[in-house]
Amino acid sequence: MVKKFEAGSFDVIVVGAGHAGVEAGLAAARMGAKTLMLTINLDMVAFMPCNPSVGGPAKGIVVREIDALGGQMGRTIDKTHIQMRMLNTGKGPAVRALRAQADKVLYQQDMKETIENEPNITLLQAMVEELIIEDGECTGVISKTGATYRAKTTIITAGTFLRGEVILGDLKYSSGPNNQQPSIGLADHLRSLGFDIVRFKTGTPPRVNSQTIDYSKTEIQPGDDVPRAFSYETTEYITDQLPCWLTYTNEETHTIIDENLHRSPMYSGMIKGTGPRYCPSIEDKVVRFNDKPRHQIFLEPEGRNTKEVYVQGLSTSLPEDVQQQILTSIPGLENAQMMRSGYAIEYDAIVPTQLWPTLETKKIKNLYTAGQINGTSGYEEAAGQGLMAGINAARRAFNKEEVILSRSDAYIGVLIDDLVTKGTNEPYRLLTSRAEYRLLLRHDNADLRLKDVGREMGLVSDESFEKFVSKKEMIQGEIKRLQSVIIKPNEHVQTLLESIGSSLLKDGIKGSDLLRRPEITYNHIKAIIPADSELPFDVEEQVEIQIKYEGYIEKSLQQVDKLKKMENKKIPDGIDYDAISGIASEARQKLRDVRPLSIAQASRISGVNPADISILLVYIEQGRIAKVSGE
Amino acid sequence: MEFDTIAAISTPMGEGAIAIVRLSGDEAFAIADRVFKGMGGKQLQAVPSHTIHYGHIVDPATQTTLEEVMVSVMKGPKTFTREDVIEINCHGGLVSVNQVLQLVLRQGARIAEPGEFTKRAFLNGRIDLSQAEAVMDMIRAKTDRAMSVAMGQMEGKLSKLVQSLRQEILEILAQVEVNIDYPEYDDVEEMTLSMMMEKSTYVKGQIERLLQTSEQGKILREGLSTVIIGRPNVGKSSLLNSLVHENKAIVTDVPGTTRDVIEEYVNVRGVPLKLVDTAGIRETEDIVERIGVERSRKVLKEADLILLVLNYGEALSEEDRRLFEAVKGMDVIVIVNKTDLSQKVDMDEAAQLATHHRLVTTSLLKEQGVDELEEAIASLFFAGSLEAGDGTYVSNNRHIALLHQALAAINEAIEGAEMGTPVDMVQIDLRRTWETLGEIIGDTVQESLIDQLFSQFCLGK
Ligand SMILES: Cc1cc2nc3c(=O)[nH]c(=O)nc-3n(C[C@H](O)[C@H](O)[C@H](O)COP(=O)(O)OP(=O)(O)OC[C@H]3O[C@@H](n4cnc5c(N)ncnc54)[C@H](O)[C@@H]3O)c2cc1C
Ligand SMILES: Nc1nc2c(ncn2[C@@H]2O[C@H](COP(=O)(O)OP(=O)(O)OP(=O)(O)O)[C@@H](O)[C@H]2O)c(=O)[nH]1
Ligand SMILES: [Mg+2]
Repeated sequence: MVKKFEAGSFDVIVVGAGHAGVEAGLAAARMGAKTLMLTINLDMVAFMPCNPSVGGPAKGIVVREIDALGGQMGRTIDKTHIQMRMLNTGKGPAVRALRAQADKVLYQQDMKETIENEPNITLLQAMVEELIIEDGECTGVISKTGATYRAKTTIITAGTFLRGEVILGDLKYSSGPNNQQPSIGLADHLRSLGFDIVRFKTGTPPRVNSQTIDYSKTEIQPGDDVPRAFSYETTEYITDQLPCWLTYTNEETHTIIDENLHRSPMYSGMIKGTGPRYCPSIEDKVVRFNDKPRHQIFLEPEGRNTKEVYVQGLSTSLPEDVQQQILTSIPGLENAQMMRSGYAIEYDAIVPTQLWPTLETKKIKNLYTAGQINGTSGYEEAAGQGLMAGINAARRAFNKEEVILSRSDAYIGVLIDDLVTKGTNEPYRLLTSRAEYRLLLRHDNADLRLKDVGREMGLVSDESFEKFVSKKEMIQGEIKRLQSVIIKPNEHVQTLLESIGSSLLKDGIKGSDLLRRPEITYNHIKAIIPADSELPFDVEEQVEIQIKYEGYIEKSLQQVDKLKKMENKKIPDGIDYDAISGIASEARQKLRDVRPLSIAQASRISGVNPADISILLVYIEQGRIAKVSGE
Repeated sequence: MEFDTIAAISTPMGEGAIAIVRLSGDEAFAIADRVFKGMGGKQLQAVPSHTIHYGHIVDPATQTTLEEVMVSVMKGPKTFTREDVIEINCHGGLVSVNQVLQLVLRQGARIAEPGEFTKRAFLNGRIDLSQAEAVMDMIRAKTDRAMSVAMGQMEGKLSKLVQSLRQEILEILAQVEVNIDYPEYDDVEEMTLSMMMEKSTYVKGQIERLLQTSEQGKILREGLSTVIIGRPNVGKSSLLNSLVHENKAIVTDVPGTTRDVIEEYVNVRGVPLKLVDTAGIRETEDIVERIGVERSRKVLKEADLILLVLNYGEALSEEDRRLFEAVKGMDVIVIVNKTDLSQKVDMDEAAQLATHHRLVTTSLLKEQGVDELEEAIASLFFAGSLEAGDGTYVSNNRHIALLHQALAAINEAIEGAEMGTPVDMVQIDLRRTWETLGEIIGDTVQESLIDQLFSQFCLGK
């Protein structure tokens, strides 16, 4: 064993510099914590091991939330994408979402540079093997070289590295993603500390050389012509965009897969980890939906300065020769040269119900975990957790109160609550359907929801906050104006209404009421009763959404009120569930494991039914009364 | 006070007994005021605490009067729960007390969980500590019992119906979610407002049907369809009048007086009846023949209950016997009327013809035997042998309340779709419908939506 040596002490240590790690480190440092970031390979900071894209439904909203809270992901992707598209524009505002195709390399470079330029961060290449635990508290980490780093709080964001195993056909070897070094010592150490561990699996498709693709046989998928950005801070937009391309599998592809199924590790039983249902491998898709004549394949460039193209839709762990055959069967890819083969990876994740909603582990104080290690999948999910873990670890280091986002505050709140309350039995991905208040959790209002929190954390600059405050004022001012201005049925108005097929006015009508008509937009209103000065686009957008969907928003807010009431009923720390008679034994077990903080959280645990909640309420009240009368 | 307003029937229910609908919570007075019409339009919110008021319960949506009541108004904290409490004393038996309960639930109260009044009493500091354990045990026990009752009910047709309805909605939801979460996925049809409307309208129809076929639903709305038959002049119209307690039908000693079908709604010991006095039967015509005509046969076929009247003062005729033939297999109460006259009827044969049926003797002229008749009607109903509709019915108040909520939600979905609201917002109400229906069968797990998503569609990279 190597000799250990003291190598410095910090406020916060972040193990890992993937998508969770970088947000955690940056947040902690920006909040003033002296932060150490350790990662296995410095060339792989914020590396995207799978698809070269950021955002999409639900995930894109997470990126906006991260940005409103003062995180980095949005700013970096705004500078390094090759195309952006707003999705679901034909639907309601609640489900609109932005997605960017990333230039993977530029993304990494920008992220690394940002970290290097952050004065409170020390960024080091090191393999962490062990945590230092004293009296049930984590006080630092020890690297493979014996370097001992101490800190008030530690965050582990080890991604898919823990006892990672790459699987490809009948080949299986110990490895992190993309043939990086796996993290075995730390994985064993976490097991030895008594954490419950699950084995999950995920996979990635092959990459092909762009010069060998016949794009004429595919359909072009360009970006939007309107400039788009994730970050509220972005002022410069990339105009030079690269397209993606669409092609399809066919009967021949499926026959190749069918004939080679026996060589798939999925079906030979070599893969034991649980994979996510939402990104099945192509062999899964062909087996499970065998009546489908074709599956979509998107060809996505991995960057501006590379010829590698990501073949979306073809995630697989079939042997390399079969992968090449499959590619050859697809229109446009007949002569495609495979530059990297697809593979599956199995890894350790910790059962996330072992975490508090702050992402601190229940078992070991001052130790936090974030990202794929917590059973999630996806860059945005990792980044959102990283940010919250970073915030909470820094707050703890400064003895400040914890910060927990509610399900009604943010998708990030939904994500973390789902993880720590319900756990997950497959790699967890955010979906819009997971958010019961999704009408409130929109792409457009992430700042209105979260900027105050970011500001309070010290993560939002004066300038950015002032801009936000004035935006809020403009929104409120304009809504007020529209609620009071009466539009009279003059000729100009009637002609305009007629031209858009809206019924004519019989009487004067409030601007806000006219805007509520489905066919009327803010632009129409603006043409009739212009504001004193032209308002910024995002202000107009807010005014339109808030007025148009007031009824629905109101309904959601009422539900949130109910939720808040339940959230305010706190469950006392150290409550003894065994001492409560009447709680069913399954519920008792679950409550003991999850240790919910509030009645709201308790009621979301599966297996805890309303009767158990009633009894719990009575018991808590009894405790309260007992305490009062005992005083 | 921080709790919502709860309501429940708070007296053990029995026929004829006064039953109380109790409301407790912040909104109790306001809800009561919405449904209570007192003398001179007085507001319960304005009356002194611990007073009792006479009036009627009127459904504000339809302006129909449901019940004549006495309402006790008790202001917190000097109440059992320490909250504002309203007690509505109903006289009309099971059905109308349920009707009143349903109304207050539609007006914003929530049905109380088992033991919830007691729980509130405790939480609001009304009951002392030593009783806490007992409260918990009671909650457990009552919930378990309620569960087992509910489960029993859930076994049958109703649960299957609710499940298939939910599956129907789930498929719409999943399709919308796929459109949202996988906008580029070309394999699913884009769910449009008109598709949503079509499906929602179907769902709405099903929920309405369920509510209509529900015990209180159909019966309350329409009454048990009860047809009075008998030879001319036996006293059919007299019977109707005496059950209605009013002279609605013309009674004469001329046979064949009643010419039109007379329908009257009447509440007999809590059982609502739609009484039909068969009509226009002329002396010269054969009754059975008459009944044989299309319309009368239809009336008979749709009847839930037959009141077959015989004349004590006349011998049984062939017509009487053919009447018995015509109502074979139906729920029948045989009434031998005019017992004040000297007996000409052969009671043994009457009893024999009436095998499987109840037989009651009356003298409507002397107002004798009407009690027994009412008794016979009520017991037939409460014994459960009388059933409205096709046998799928919801009787549990919680379920009915939930169905009403589901109906309101689906109506909002349809309204939204009509107004051109984006699909994903209409989805919100559709999802609420689905969740509410789920509460009926105790299944609200949201995972099932995600499961549906991934089993129905082939998604992913
Ligand atoms: C093959 C593959 C396929 C994927 N497919 C999908 C997909 O289809 N959809 C999807 O949404 N997501 C997919 N992902 C997941 C996505 O890449 C991750 O969710 C995301 O990168 C997780 O971020 P993270 O920060 O948690 O971990 P990572 O980005 O993996 O970062 C982990 C970091 O921890 C460091 N580290 C690990 N152990 C140590 C140690 N002992 N000491 C020091 N540093 C350490 C590593 O160096 C690295 O910097 C896939 C990932 C892989 C590998
Ligand atoms: N004595 C006696 N007369 C009765 C009794 N009930 C009804 N009547 C009389 O019988 C006559 C006929 O009564 P209705 O009620 O009109 O009989 P109905 O069956 O409706 O007759 P139609 O409509 O003509 O078919 C009236 O004169 C009643 O007053 C009774 O119990 N005793
Ligand atoms: Mg008559």
